[in-house]
Amino acid sequence: MIQIQHLSKVFQDKSGETVALKDVNLHIQKGDIFGIIGMSGAGKSTLLRCLSTLEKPTSGSILLDGTDLSTLTGSRLISARRKMGVVFQGYNLLMQRTVRQNIAFPLTLSGSGKAGAVRRADELLELVGLSNKAESYPSQLSGGQKQRVAIARALATSPEVLLCDEPTSALDSLTTKSVLELLHDINTKLNVTIVIITHEIAVVKSICNKVAVIDSAEFVEWGDTKEVFEHPKTDMTKLLLGYEVLK
Amino acid sequence: MTQLLTQGTIDTLYMTIVSTFFAYVLGLPMGVLLSVTGKGGIMENQPFNSVFGWLINILRSFPFVILMIVLIPFTRLVTGKMIGTNAACISLIIAAAPFVARLVESSFAEIDIGVIEAAKCMGATKWQIIFHVMLTEAVPSLIRGLSITTITLIGYSAMAGAVGAGGLGDIAIRYGLHRYQYNVMMLTVLLLVIIVCIIQIIFDYLANHVDKRNR
Repeated sequence: MIQIQHLSKVFQDKSGETVALKDVNLHIQKGDIFGIIGMSGAGKSTLLRCLSTLEKPTSGSILLDGTDLSTLTGSRLISARRKMGVVFQGYNLLMQRTVRQNIAFPLTLSGSGKAGAVRRADELLELVGLSNKAESYPSQLSGGQKQRVAIARALATSPEVLLCDEPTSALDSLTTKSVLELLHDINTKLNVTIVIITHEIAVVKSICNKVAVIDSAEFVEWGDTKEVFEHPKTDMTKLLLGYEVLK
Repeated sequence: MTQLLTQGTIDTLYMTIVSTFFAYVLGLPMGVLLSVTGKGGIMENQPFNSVFGWLINILRSFPFVILMIVLIPFTRLVTGKMIGTNAACISLIIAAAPFVARLVESSFAEIDIGVIEAAKCMGATKWQIIFHVMLTEAVPSLIRGLSITTITLIGYSAMAGAVGAGGLGDIAIRYGLHRYQYNVMMLTVLLLVIIVCIIQIIFDYLANHVDKRNR
């Protein structure tokens, strides 16, 4: 499904170079809920920005069903983007549009008919349990509800992959649980592959079948969640799991 | 007297409305261009943005009275006259367009960059981002900018009165200042205050009414 090969990202600025990702390799299979966990500044957000094509990698490739995303431009880039849905920590909803219009927005962009877009939006509203909020505006919703709308919007174009950047980091623990349950539901019901970037170990433990631990721009450990967390090999994984690590 | 003030009010409103309209016809695309070519914009182009920004700053630096005089040959070319309400509109439009461009640019700067990135991820084209994200999300702020522009242009149109453009400013200068009829001057000022208040109230209501962020 997604194959990341020798991916590197270096940011250049006046003070010099910052290496955000160093020779990252990863294989995400169809149907996975793949967690990428690490501390702040480890490079996980950069990785997601590369995956969602908001950043161009410095070197290496990201293959989505065999197509290298990093080389696409113009209309081919746009159609590749429609195969992925992105969910952000800060929701990023359109504040001047209703919930229904927000969810229909990706369909409006791709030029599909209004009636079809509204029908699809209502279907998704039901899926995320917000049918009664169709005419509300984002400012009238709670954080958890906003994230549900954002998830519904990301699913509008029936993408094969859902990329989530810290989807629950702004939410309380109870709301986090319900949003994660929703993501899990989507994964099983719609067979959508999900990639979750997070710094919370609980998120990975509760829904991810695979995990990769990122530390200082590199993957230090990866594999089945159970395996990795039961027998952590690196200090970073142990640290994230809450072990006392003596250096 | 009543007739004089009525005509003056009509002239002032005419100049304000016409020049505000055309100032936006020119200034809105200029503001969009400034915003999208600026740092982090969707068509970032620093050299163009700097040059264009400088041009706008130069136009904005002109004192309005001087600009009117500099523009005389141009206004004569366009309207056939160098004085009068239509002639004044030309100077008002040229003076206000760069001002509008900066106001529009600052309205766009209020939009959360994350929303634009989200649209990019959905496969939005650059035009779709401008028309379906930037312009629609900025509507309340653009309306507030419109009220600032309109009221500023009322003030400028009064200055244009000094060179025979007509309107309430013209009356205040001719009757109030030159003929010492202070009651006429007071009346024109009062009328201008009323016009400004009404415009402010209407635009405030509109901006709050269309803004869905604070419900």
